[in-house]
Amino acid sequence: MVSSVTSLGRSGLSDWLVQRVSALVMTAYIFFMVGYFVINPSPSFEQWQALHGSLAMRIFSLLTILSIAAHAWIGMWCVLTDYITVRLIGPKATPIRMFLQLAMIALILLYVVWAIDILWGI
Amino acid sequence: MLEVSIYRYNPEIDSEPYMQEFQFDTQGKDIMVLDVLEKLKTEDPTLVFRRSCREGVCGSDGVNISGKNGLACITPLSEAVKNNKLVIRPLPGLPVIRDLVIDMSQFYAQYEKIQPYLINNTPAPAIERLQSPEDRAKLDGLYECILCACCSTACPSFWWNPDKFIGPSGLLQAYRFLADTRDTGTEDRLADLDDPFSVFRCHGIMNCVQVCPKGLNPTKAIGHIRSMLLASGT
Repeated sequence: MVSSVTSLGRSGLSDWLVQRVSALVMTAYIFFMVGYFVINPSPSFEQWQALHGSLAMRIFSLLTILSIAAHAWIGMWCVLTDYITVRLIGPKATPIRMFLQLAMIALILLYVVWAIDILWGI
Repeated sequence: MLEVSIYRYNPEIDSEPYMQEFQFDTQGKDIMVLDVLEKLKTEDPTLVFRRSCREGVCGSDGVNISGKNGLACITPLSEAVKNNKLVIRPLPGLPVIRDLVIDMSQFYAQYEKIQPYLINNTPAPAIERLQSPEDRAKLDGLYECILCACCSTACPSFWWNPDKFIGPSGLLQAYRFLADTRDTGTEDRLADLDDPFSVFRCHGIMNCVQVCPKGLNPTKAIGHIRSMLLASGT
């Protein structure tokens, strides 16, 4: 058992499951948006506002934003723990990795809050 | 004449590794890479490599042959030579002790972690713990691993985190004991593997399957471990 406090779920299984479920949500959102633009290639401002103003669409968009956030957290955590390690770049790796991980988490949380503000400001 | 290029490094003499070029007359025969190494060693006795059974059973002579990990003793030149050139390097990702000999401590440390022995604290029967032929068949494709390290040293996840990721070889063996109906340590074994590194650093790129000289499939075994973790963890 290898411990880890900066991964999203602290458990490999949880991260793995979140990665897959979030991928499905993002795929569904992409299909929906592409489908929407195929049916209605140039929506008017009113149509666009009506679409994103509905509660169902807000929830779908928010779920997608949360999926992107979780997916990015897990993915970036993997990349950072692969390449910014003491084995590869020496003892300075730990503070550098900690900084990058915390900055990455802060940025992701910032984007989530910002997205909520945008979605509910429509 | 076959051009042979071999990785040389003797830390007592060389400041850094270098490739030494040899000319080798195969006399038109499709011999094994190990035969080439043996012959070259008679010409240059300072060349160092591991070998033992010379028939793909012991797993000692795992080396990187023209870019692909494999056992020198069962890799014929017809598979290994590209453009009349044979390039032999030590297995990548682990420290080199000398020439083609690597330090496998990290590899064995990961193997030790998965407790590669039967755990069963129930009283042993008089003769042996019996298994049905069907249960025994579940171990096929798992028990054949010879620990040559060709798979783990072909795995980028193992290169980056050899101290945390068990690696394909260790995980194949982990599943060998998880799948064994005589073993009663399943829950503890699974609990030890449920962290973001031990199993889940595998991203399924299947380098291990491509290089395994015994034709085994560690990626499939890792998939089974994931399914078992999912079944016990949800």
